[in-house]
Amino acid sequence: MDRNKMGLCVRLFGKFLKIGAFTFGGGYAMIPLIRREIAQKEGWIEEKDILDILAVSESTPGPIAVNTATFVGYRLAGPLGAAAATVGVVLPSFVIIFLLSFVLRQFEGFPAVRYAFWGIRVAVVALVLSALVSMARECPWNLLSYVLAAGAFVLVGFFGANSILVLLACALVGLAASKLRIGGMKL
Amino acid sequence: MIYLELFLTFLKIGTFTFGGGYAMVPLIQQEVLSHQWMTLEQLVNFIAVSESTPGPLAVNLSTYVGAETGGLFGALCATFGVVLPSFVIILLVAKFYAAFQQNTIVKGCMNGLRPTVVGMIGASLLSVAAAAFPVGGGVGQWVVAGVLLAAILAAHWKKVHPILLIVCAAAVGVAAGYAGLLPGV
Repeated sequence: MDRNKMGLCVRLFGKFLKIGAFTFGGGYAMIPLIRREIAQKEGWIEEKDILDILAVSESTPGPIAVNTATFVGYRLAGPLGAAAATVGVVLPSFVIIFLLSFVLRQFEGFPAVRYAFWGIRVAVVALVLSALVSMARECPWNLLSYVLAAGAFVLVGFFGANSILVLLACALVGLAASKLRIGGMKL
Repeated sequence: MIYLELFLTFLKIGTFTFGGGYAMVPLIQQEVLSHQWMTLEQLVNFIAVSESTPGPLAVNLSTYVGAETGGLFGALCATFGVVLPSFVIILLVAKFYAAFQQNTIVKGCMNGLRPTVVGMIGASLLSVAAAAFPVGGGVGQWVVAGVLLAAILAAHWKKVHPILLIVCAAAVGVAAGYAGLLPGV
């Protein structure tokens, strides 16, 4: 390992540590920060690469922030760079949440805290609803996707079906449908 | 062995979460409730905490569940588990990027996965709503919750920052509680 690459890994770690510490609200909130820090300031990737990264993140499992860090780190400095960037992006939340879990346990019995969390639970309804709306907007809608969305909703929401099995089954249906379409049949 | 169980559970969750943070909520909910690691109420509370602290929602949630059930080492196991699948998969994708991009199998599966994730988030919305509008809460509490929810949605529509919304909702909760409107809380 040459010293240049080692230095690059350290800088990747530092950059993603900063990104991890200042991204509130998960994956997509991170994109503007990545664009500024990684593309514009450092020139490590080009702006158009960000779209590629997003496309890959969306079609692979896992948190978008982790996917992005791993992808950028690998492109710049191979597997070690990927590891440096990923540890960097995860570390701030890990430390903050770990410390916070003690604080929450101390105070969760207080009436004021219980009342506050009740109000917060109402706010979470709005947050999940807005995540639902924005994911629904991204999704291409046709007969098949309506059936799959409705099926998943009913099976998981009302019958407590195992989500992983539902995901696997729907991926297979999507795959089968796309192969049929390529074969000339339209759904 | 709680540590191994945490690692394997979150490995599974990390492998099957498509589309980031909120897509993970239905999976986490099923696993955490069936293992009785947390109550639904605690989980929903924590979604708001995750939203108000930096970092990916998925990492925050797994660190928290791990810390609650297995302390520092539990938090490490859960977080490592949730990150590992994406790390490995992205390494492979980055290496074979061109092949991945043109892969019709990946595209076909995504056709099925996208709407499914939407449906599953819809299903978690039901349980999240049940934690905000509890059956035992009574009409008074439901009215307050309804008005509050409408106000939050309106503010969200106007692009008010989520953290500000959470702080305001907490303040309304405290006020309603001391006004005696939340007998069941």
